[in-house]
Amino acid sequence: MSRGQDTAGSRIGMWLFLFTEILLFGGLFMLYSVFRSKYAVEFHRAAEDLSRTAGTINTLVLLTSSLSMALAVAAIRRGKKNGSLIFQGLTILLGCVFLVIKYMEWSAKIGQGIYPDSPALLGLSHGEILFYGLYFVMTGLHGLHVVIGLWALIFMLASTLRGTISGARFVRLENSGLYWHFVDTVWVYLFPLFYLIT
Amino acid sequence: MNDMKTETGPAYSGYVLTWLVLLGLTAATVLVYHLHLGSAGAAAALAIASLKAGLILLFFMHLLREGPFLRAIFLLPVLLTGVIIGLTFLDVWYR
Repeated sequence: MSRGQDTAGSRIGMWLFLFTEILLFGGLFMLYSVFRSKYAVEFHRAAEDLSRTAGTINTLVLLTSSLSMALAVAAIRRGKKNGSLIFQGLTILLGCVFLVIKYMEWSAKIGQGIYPDSPALLGLSHGEILFYGLYFVMTGLHGLHVVIGLWALIFMLASTLRGTISGARFVRLENSGLYWHFVDTVWVYLFPLFYLIT
Repeated sequence: MNDMKTETGPAYSGYVLTWLVLLGLTAATVLVYHLHLGSAGAAAALAIASLKAGLILLFFMHLLREGPFLRAIFLLPVLLTGVIIGLTFLDVWYR
C-alpha cells in the first residue's frame, strides 16, 4: 500500500459497484429467460437471423481485450510503463473494434426495418417482437458499458502517460480493469443467449 | 505457470493460459450449437458460459487471490439473482 491510498478499500468499493451491475443485468436476464421459455420457437427463428459470425468475432475480440487489460495491469505492477501503455492501447483498440462490429450489426438490422416499434417488427409474431426488444435493450446496455469502459481506459492511458498511474499507484487502472472484465463477462452470457439458440 | 503470491502479482503466462482456455471454450459453445441438441444444448451453452465467467472472475479479476471476505460477499448478488429468477419461474410455471 502506498502513501495516502487505501488500495484494498478502493478495490472493495469497485466490487460493490459491480454487484449492483450484476443485479441490473440480472433483471434483464430474468425477463429474457421467462420470455424465452414462453416463446422458444419464435426465439429460435429470430436468432437464426442474427449474424453468428459477427457474434463469434466479437466474443473473440472482447476475450482478447480482457487478456490485454490483465497484461496492462501486470506490466504496470512490474514498473513497465511502456509495456502497460501498449497493452492499454490494445485494449482500447479492441473495444473500438467491438463497437464497430456491433454498429454494423445494428445497422444491418435497422436496414431491414427491424428496430424497436418499426412497422416491419410489429408485423412479426409476439415472440419475435420480444426477442428483438430484448436484443436491442440488452446489447444496447452492454454496448453503453463498453463505451463507458473505453472512456475510463482513455483516462487511465493519459494518467499512465503523466505518471500518476505507476508501479507504486495503480489501483485506478486495476479498478478500470475490473470494470472491463465485468463487461466482458456479461458478453460471455449474451453471446450464446442471442446468437446460439437451438 | 507460477501461481505464487508475489509483489508483482500473477505471471504473464497465467493470463495467456486463461485466455487460451477461454478461446477453447468459445469454440466448444459454437460446436455445441451446431450439434442441435435442443434443451440439452441450451443447458450446455449456459454451463460453458458460466465456466468462462468463472475463469474471468477467478484469474483476470483475481477473485482467487482476494480475501475470503470479498469471495463470500461476491456470492450475495449472484445467489440473489439466482433466487429471484428461480422464484419468478415458480410463478411462471405454476400460475
